[in-house]
Amino acid sequence: MTDHHGEFDSVSGRSTTGHEWDGIKELNTPLPRWWVISFYLTIVWSIGYWIVYPAWPLISSNTTGLFGYSTRASVAVELANLEAVRGEKMAALAAAPLADIERDPALLALARAKGKTVFGDNCAPCHGSGGAGAKGFPNLNDDDWLWGGTLDQIMQTIQFGARSGHAKAHEGQMLAFGKDGVLKGDEIVTVANYVRSLSGLPARKGFDAAKGEKIFADNCVACHGDGGKGNQELGAPNLTDKIWLYGSDEATLIETIGQGRAGVMPAWEGRLDPSTIKAMAVYVHSLGGGK
Amino acid sequence: MVSGGVFFQRESAMPQPSISKTMTTGESGLALVFAVAAFLCLIASAKALDAPFAFHTGLSAAASLAAVFFIINRYYDRPARLPPAEINGRPNYNMGPIKFTAAIAMFWGIAGFLVGLIIASQLAWPALNFDLPWIQFGRLRPLHTSAVIFAFGGNVLIGTSFYVVQKSCRARLAGDLAPWFVVLGYNYFILIAGTGYLLGVTQSKEYAEPEWYADLWLTIVWVTYLLVFLGTIIKRKEPHIFVANWFYLAFIVTIAVLHLGNNPALPVSFFGSKSYIAWGGIQDAMFQWWYGHNAVGFFLTAGFLAIMYYFIPKRAERPIYSYRLSIIHFWALIFLYIWAGPHHLHYTALPDWTQTLGMTFSIMLWMPSWGGMINGLMTLSGAWDKLRTDPVLRMLVVSVAFYGMSTFEGPMMSIKVVNSLSHYTDWTIGHVHSGALGWVGFVSFGALYCLVPWIWNRKGLYSLKLVNWHFWIATLGIVLYISAMWVSGILQGLMWRAYTSLGFLEYSFIESVEAMHPFYVIRAAGGALFLIGALIMAYNLWMTVRVGEQEVQMPVALQPAE
Repeated sequence: MTDHHGEFDSVSGRSTTGHEWDGIKELNTPLPRWWVISFYLTIVWSIGYWIVYPAWPLISSNTTGLFGYSTRASVAVELANLEAVRGEKMAALAAAPLADIERDPALLALARAKGKTVFGDNCAPCHGSGGAGAKGFPNLNDDDWLWGGTLDQIMQTIQFGARSGHAKAHEGQMLAFGKDGVLKGDEIVTVANYVRSLSGLPARKGFDAAKGEKIFADNCVACHGDGGKGNQELGAPNLTDKIWLYGSDEATLIETIGQGRAGVMPAWEGRLDPSTIKAMAVYVHSLGGGK
Repeated sequence: MVSGGVFFQRESAMPQPSISKTMTTGESGLALVFAVAAFLCLIASAKALDAPFAFHTGLSAAASLAAVFFIINRYYDRPARLPPAEINGRPNYNMGPIKFTAAIAMFWGIAGFLVGLIIASQLAWPALNFDLPWIQFGRLRPLHTSAVIFAFGGNVLIGTSFYVVQKSCRARLAGDLAPWFVVLGYNYFILIAGTGYLLGVTQSKEYAEPEWYADLWLTIVWVTYLLVFLGTIIKRKEPHIFVANWFYLAFIVTIAVLHLGNNPALPVSFFGSKSYIAWGGIQDAMFQWWYGHNAVGFFLTAGFLAIMYYFIPKRAERPIYSYRLSIIHFWALIFLYIWAGPHHLHYTALPDWTQTLGMTFSIMLWMPSWGGMINGLMTLSGAWDKLRTDPVLRMLVVSVAFYGMSTFEGPMMSIKVVNSLSHYTDWTIGHVHSGALGWVGFVSFGALYCLVPWIWNRKGLYSLKLVNWHFWIATLGIVLYISAMWVSGILQGLMWRAYTSLGFLEYSFIESVEAMHPFYVIRAAGGALFLIGALIMAYNLWMTVRVGEQEVQMPVALQPAE
């Protein structure tokens, strides 16, 4: 220990402090000038900021700054600006009957813009952000509709949903013909191949078309209609159009017929306000497949 | 795992004058306390209201019994006299607990990096959650953060602090059982915390997730840590306290204060894991981020600056650049850091004045932080050429460079206008990881690469070439990680704030999630590289201990009188 007797360090041209711990010494380098100046500048800047903005707590309040800035007030200003931009239009949208919206280009643009935002936050998780759907979740871009594709029908589906528990919800469902013992295994395979043949898909070898037609007529026509064209009253899909909600391969069809299907579309009434649901209906209707 | 013999070496071969062997008060007292604790834990386990609490109290009963056995067994194994503080006028350093922390830090580091890689992959490919509650993102994320910060970082800090304080005070670590109590007790806290997360036990405060009983245990361990550290400083043979010890002490004291301030909670029952925090609403948020930011400031900064102040001058064999700078930046840093927490709550219900203070103190913190960087980097003057030949020193120096970068980025992100873009985005994650991987990770790796040969008496590392590989692989990993998060964070921020002319959001949240996918893949790749680097390191350290050439030391007794 050579306390208070620093030694000269030839590399830096400075002396050490004379302290040493486990061989570690310290140079007597002064504070770098740029460092000190920068430190002072940040302090000066901070003091300036305290003068301009709310900064220091007092006994029962706080310093408010030169211009009385508050985040609450600035949000209020932004909301007021937004109201100025679209307030009247939004009121018009809320007041307009559904059927009139698409006739007024300005209202239509507003409804679509609003609908797109709401769709992204509420519908996209199932239907995809572009509405292209996924297995079990219908594609909303095509003109194939389970429960109807007119503006009113879309609105109704959004409001009350399907099998959602809402009193006015769409209630039809695909029965479980295998699980409920209505059809036997080989019958299900046969009718699955028959269903495939309706849209021109190839059937498996040895498939008995006549038998398939018979099973179809006895069990499926009631909902899916003659020739499997579907029935939107019951939400029964058209089986001839090559658009499949769950899939068209034999295994999936056997599962659909055997186990049934009862996907749920939630009811949005009560969760979203009427004007928002209206905007969403217009948006979905305008995606490309609206009737 | 490393066998006990690696840690417990006979302290001295000195001939012992025959004295009657008795248990010390510490030994008998602690054994008694643990025996009572085992009994109480067993009762709590039997009466437990929930399964995780029954598991934790059962485990604690077993651990307490193991502690009693350890204490008694150690008593029978040890010589009658406790290891002396000095042998022939030279300090008789206590290296056992340090060896333990070095080995277990490496273990926790790899575990923590691996869990990080898993959750990064889960973000890129959510199917990897496998619909299993124990391994879903929400439980693994705190496991990752606690494993890397508190398990890896904490063991490196405790281990290096025990080493540095002894060497720089020329005094044996205070206490006989106490240092072991600290390292084992701390790691037992980690075990309780980590298994708790997997079982769904959490008080839902970020970086302070462990429930009330784990918090209480940590308090006991931490106070003991403070006492061991202070006790050693008080026994010092040097007139001055070395700069690293100021930083270690600031770290230990402040973490105790933060832990107590943030965690007061009322358990629903003393036989159940769930508790409720005493603070509520915005006060709770303020306490949380006062804690959270100063965990960064005092755990991840002050503690690791202490490491820098010892290991860089030691490895570079150069004096510390500026004594004056070390004093000024130390006091400025600890005074200013404690105010900066509110910048985590910009544009929230926190009052404007509090946000202003949080932001301005963060700005003023910039130069005090850079004071540490300057002192670390400029210590290299006269030794820059060593960076070419010594990858360990290179790792230490690059860590300081990352420290400088992060402590510029941090104040910048605390500015409210910048924060309005960066807050809640991946930019924050990128910022944290440039500090965590680049600064804390590399300075810890560098310190362990120095420490392991020293404490196991090896001439040097098994392979410097492998250190070089570790350095480059990990550096590439960090660059991939942080640049991916910068891009994805800024993209996210811009997408969230994009409005249409009618004042509607341009993008839905889910569209921003879709846009993140490629960056999440790159991030996972960066994490994988970082993990590979750590595995190389573990192998290198293992081989250093197993086959490294023993440093030839003259038997103490034969040293000439000084």
